[in-house]
Amino acid sequence: MARTKTYEEINEKIKSGKVTVVTAEEIIPMVKEEGPAAVLEKVDVVTTATFGPMCSSGLFLNFGHSDPPIKMSKVWLNDVPAYAGLAAVDAYLGATELSESQGAVYGGAHVIEELVSGKKVRLRAIAGGTDCYPRREIETMVGLEDLNQVYLFNPRNAYQNYAVAVNSTSRTLYTYMGTLLPKFGNATYSSAGELSPLLNDPYYEVIGIGTRILLGGGEGYVAWEGTQHNPAQKRNENGTPVAAAGTLAVIGDLRGMKRDYLRAAVFHNYGVSLYVGIGIPIPLLNEEIVRRVGVSNEELTATVYDYGVPRRSRPALGVVTYAELRSGKININNRSIPTAPLSSLYKARQIATELKERIINGRFLLTAPVAKLPFRDGVKPLREEVK
Amino acid sequence: MAKKRVVLTFPPELTEKPITYHLVKDFDLAINILRAKITPGEEGKLVLELSNGSEEMIKKGLDFLVQQGVGVEAVSKEISFTDEDCIHCGACTAVCQPGALQINPDTGRLRFEKERCIVCELCVPACPLGIIKVLF
Ligand code: SF4
Ligand code: SF4
Repeated sequence: MARTKTYEEINEKIKSGKVTVVTAEEIIPMVKEEGPAAVLEKVDVVTTATFGPMCSSGLFLNFGHSDPPIKMSKVWLNDVPAYAGLAAVDAYLGATELSESQGAVYGGAHVIEELVSGKKVRLRAIAGGTDCYPRREIETMVGLEDLNQVYLFNPRNAYQNYAVAVNSTSRTLYTYMGTLLPKFGNATYSSAGELSPLLNDPYYEVIGIGTRILLGGGEGYVAWEGTQHNPAQKRNENGTPVAAAGTLAVIGDLRGMKRDYLRAAVFHNYGVSLYVGIGIPIPLLNEEIVRRVGVSNEELTATVYDYGVPRRSRPALGVVTYAELRSGKININNRSIPTAPLSSLYKARQIATELKERIINGRFLLTAPVAKLPFRDGVKPLREEVK
Repeated sequence: MAKKRVVLTFPPELTEKPITYHLVKDFDLAINILRAKITPGEEGKLVLELSNGSEEMIKKGLDFLVQQGVGVEAVSKEISFTDEDCIHCGACTAVCQPGALQINPDTGRLRFEKERCIVCELCVPACPLGIIKVLF
């Protein structure tokens, strides 16, 4: 029978300092040269990572009770509104929410970056006043050490794959895919390719609910399937999807995270977003898993869409490999288009290396998923009904 | 050897005249075209680097252009970014047509080659971290 490994076996090796860990880039030539069986003998864990703009991110906070207490109905942090329709002093701050005083240059992501850097932010809240919560307003400064709970809960991160964006129109477009020059002047993409977590586990076999991960440089967990999780996307023969597919909802304590791996961003004429760094370990349990992490940029594809067409279904213009995207030029309809990334390969490598070192040093144990991510049909559109 | 970068603005009636030819021929200047946008019948723009001559010859050449009705403006601005704040995402490279900003394929880090920069300033709003500045 072919060799297999268990989570327990790998964790024992981590504890006894005998584990072998390599990054998802380093494993590729090993699998190609030595084959999956030999690699499975040698290597226990592969680390994957990504560092890209992830709009669907945000922070839960509990401020603690003032004296006299207040049941906050509206909350602002550095003038950025946070959602307070929860218990008295709970709030959720979305990364893309904009400041009411500074507008499009400062938002929830900036507040998150300030907090993680150890800075205090101005909390302002108002309330209607009740018998048990008489206070009607409060204004004070809060930092990480003042809050009871302060954890990221990002409803959609770590997209399994994403679009390549081009612009067929004759004007420059400012999008969440960056600045798109007119008449196919450039193409932008946003995936770590062969280093990306879900491209290394295309069928969600080892990354599932409860998987311990590195989130923003601290420890976090996969909490749920991400919003718009779409396992039904068309796939290549090697199992990887050809366009946006699976996603993860992730959670982790902001204390313990680092500014290096959480950075606020402003996309010109579009809005604010948060660059989030995520690292996910993949235990090599069997040869099939080894084969999947051995897939390289030459074998991973992304679909090119025309962002000049502002519709839900943008026209697909072709399919390219990540190797082509990284080369700096792609060829679409006999046109050579220069490419540029939006997600940082440099940072993704740093995260994959940091996770590798934590595992080697026995500071990061692996977890088996508590439940698997669902594998069901696609994403529903929003239909407009008039009643 | 003196070197100077200039932005030339040509009124429509001048776009078809061999003006740069005179710079080479009459003033003995070497010209390097950094950026050109010339459509016959419309105002044209040309970003040039002049070299090979002395300060004086460059000045004479530029005076000649002004006499011909060409707008002359020195490129004295310069692009700068704080490396320690850079996340090496590459969003700025998407708009940098001369290739002054590039992601080094080996290290994955952003590389800025000042010599190739024509100070078009497109990278300033393209950087999501807002760390690219124009220095005057
Ligand atoms: S200003 Fe920016 S985009 Fe323009 S050439 Fe220089 S570096 Fe490139
Ligand atoms: S866009 Fe800004 S942060 Fe990204 S690589 Fe360029 S300078 Fe660095």
